Amino acid sequence: MSNLDIFFWLVFPYISLTIFVLGHIYRYNTDQFGWTAKSSQFLEQKRLRIGSTLFHYGIIFVFFGHVAGILVPKALFDFFGITDDMYHFGAIWFGGAAGVAVVVGGFLLFLRRVSIKRIAKNSSVSDYVALVTLGVVVLIGFTNTVGYTATGGEFDYRVVIGPWMRGILTFQPAPELMANAPIGFQLHVFTAFVLFAIWPFTRLVHVFSLPLKYLNRRYVVYRNQHTHDLSKLKKRKEFH
Amino acid sequence: MKIKAQFGMVMNLDKCIGCHTCSVTCSNTWTNRPGTEYMYWNNVETKPGVGYPREWENNDERKGGWHVKDGKLQLRAGGRVSKLLNIFYNQNLVQIDEYYEPWTYDYENLINSPEKDHQPVARPISQLTGEYMDITWGPNWEDDLAGVHETGKRDPNMRNLDEQIKFEFEETFMMYLPRICEHCQNPSCVSSCPSGAMYKREEDGIVLVDQDTCRSWRFCMTGCPYKKVYFNWKTHKAEKCTFCFPRIENGQPTICSETCVGRIRYIGIVLYDADKVLEAASVEDEKDLYEAQLETFLDPFDPEIQKEARKQGIPDDWIEAAQHSPVYKLAVEQKIALPLHPEYRTMPMVWYIPPLSPFMNALGGQVDSLSPDVIFPTINQFRIPIDYLANMFAAGDSDVIRNVLEKLVAMRSYMRSVQLDKPFDKSILERAGMTEEIAEEMYKLSAIAKYDDRYVIPKSHREDAGDMYAQQGSGGFDFMEACRSCMGGNQGDADPMEFYESGFWRELDEDSSKSV
Ligand code: SF4
Ligand code: SF4
Repeated sequence: MSNLDIFFWLVFPYISLTIFVLGHIYRYNTDQFGWTAKSSQFLEQKRLRIGSTLFHYGIIFVFFGHVAGILVPKALFDFFGITDDMYHFGAIWFGGAAGVAVVVGGFLLFLRRVSIKRIAKNSSVSDYVALVTLGVVVLIGFTNTVGYTATGGEFDYRVVIGPWMRGILTFQPAPELMANAPIGFQLHVFTAFVLFAIWPFTRLVHVFSLPLKYLNRRYVVYRNQHTHDLSKLKKRKEFH
Repeated sequence: MKIKAQFGMVMNLDKCIGCHTCSVTCSNTWTNRPGTEYMYWNNVETKPGVGYPREWENNDERKGGWHVKDGKLQLRAGGRVSKLLNIFYNQNLVQIDEYYEPWTYDYENLINSPEKDHQPVARPISQLTGEYMDITWGPNWEDDLAGVHETGKRDPNMRNLDEQIKFEFEETFMMYLPRICEHCQNPSCVSSCPSGAMYKREEDGIVLVDQDTCRSWRFCMTGCPYKKVYFNWKTHKAEKCTFCFPRIENGQPTICSETCVGRIRYIGIVLYDADKVLEAASVEDEKDLYEAQLETFLDPFDPEIQKEARKQGIPDDWIEAAQHSPVYKLAVEQKIALPLHPEYRTMPMVWYIPPLSPFMNALGGQVDSLSPDVIFPTINQFRIPIDYLANMFAAGDSDVIRNVLEKLVAMRSYMRSVQLDKPFDKSILERAGMTEEIAEEMYKLSAIAKYDDRYVIPKSHREDAGDMYAQQGSGGFDFMEACRSCMGGNQGDADPMEFYESGFWRELDEDSSKSV
């Protein structure tokens, strides 16, 4: 294992995750005003409709797919009697469909952003950086999945990338696992960690604002000058 | 009983001259920042017409407000689950083009153009794209009925009316409708916001957007049936009328009211029972909504209510303000102010005295020999059709409108007889359900309309508030650095409040002989 391998599969992931975590904490405490989904539907919605819907639902599915494939150990699947064939069938067909949705949706969103003047003129550098980085990660990942299917699945990421990722997260890193993975998967993982590092400084933060609280909130919200959550607001001010 | 105080406004449409001063002063105060150019938190529409944004009243399509479904009050645009499922694409969002695409002009060209055969012109430039544009729609496009023979047909208030006739030139009618956020008792905008960024202030009912908590989910804009939540396309956050709360807290009227040329606006508080709101908003028949809302208001003169209000922490000066409130007088005591589109079920708190149409005209020359049998039937032939007003202010119940117009007419004939010392047939007042005192009071409030009677605004008890520094930004726009410099940053230390505090506008009211 070379020093380069150590950097890519040990040092860099930790740098990236550190930026990811601290960056979110910092931004949340200093930039509530900038913390939004930055919706542009108000300026243009015809082209947004299909693109946004496909992309978002696709990516949510892809996210859970990654959790199942990477974070959940293979042994657990075995324990529940889910065979490799069953897993692969799901991963390829459902994962593949979600992947297509993400790629097509993302592509439509990209086209919309560059070709519609209203949107293009009002896009910031960070919007483009986020979109392009995400696009690269997705395209490489998607190519891997397709390639993986085509080659009959000779590389099982569940026994290589899965344990590596769990190692990173549990502070028992095993960079050698990744060092031997195929280049396509290496690229996917590396670009993903680049994405994590820029994440807190882009619009992608809105992922953490999915307002699930709304589901069991009363409809009309009142705030009171005496009691409303001052401590939280105060902390935010002190941070400045 | 949960007693809450709530600010309300009444606008006397008979007196609105459609000058747009209110829109301009509001805009100068609040929406002179990038991304807000297209917003008019206060706008004045000519009716009939489709308004701003186009067809905002068409809530069959726009899906604003509440409706009763399966016996329950529900958001028209869909409940909590449907909102979260549609969060990536809001099916019912009104686009900026329905308001209008904001533009400026290429003024440079007027100065820098080389010598040519023709005068140089300043071409319009879109503020969204920075490119030249053709203007096909804009604010007040329909001002004073411009193009109404086209657009007016899509005015939802024209339903059940013989449109053909009403858009003939000789038959046509018009009125102005100034609109701000209604600061509803049952706000569907607040209820539609998944982030909880919108809230109603417990102390005074003002509805605000917390700029720090808004996450750009844009359901509030769909939720508001009056389309009074706007989207700042630069900051990607919702913004709306603040009822000028920094002024209100100091006992001053909103800027639109302060500068209103026709002096049509009234501001005051009402006490209401918050426990009754849901029930009132859920009554089966739309036509009962007006009365149901009236029923939520509490009588500030009732000692029991006063005692309970005090117990629940409402300060004495607020109870007193509720007694003198012009809103309470016009809406509850005199019953001449009506809510705008009660059928949206948000229980709006900006109410309107419907306009009377050219009154002398309708009566021919016989103004002085008025008998009830002459004037009351004339009301049905007023230029502004009663059914039109009913669709706007009474969920289609024309009796409600007829009742109000009768009162306005009766008050006028009574005061005319008093001032000209003519005999008066008292049955006119009786038939309109009034007494001489009520007629006098109506006259004082609507015709004399002294400043201190129009605005009864108790100051907020800020001494009780928590750490005010910590609340900075949760309701206002203090983050707008750019704004500070644009609002006279170069002009030394001029105090912007000086003008108001000098009582400049108040002088007129000091001496009643100078008043109208
Ligand atoms: S009128 Fe104002 S308070 Fe009422 S729903 Fe609309 S924005 Fe909310
Ligand atoms: S300033 Fe007053 S009179 Fe003029 S348009 Fe506004 S509401 Fe009407």
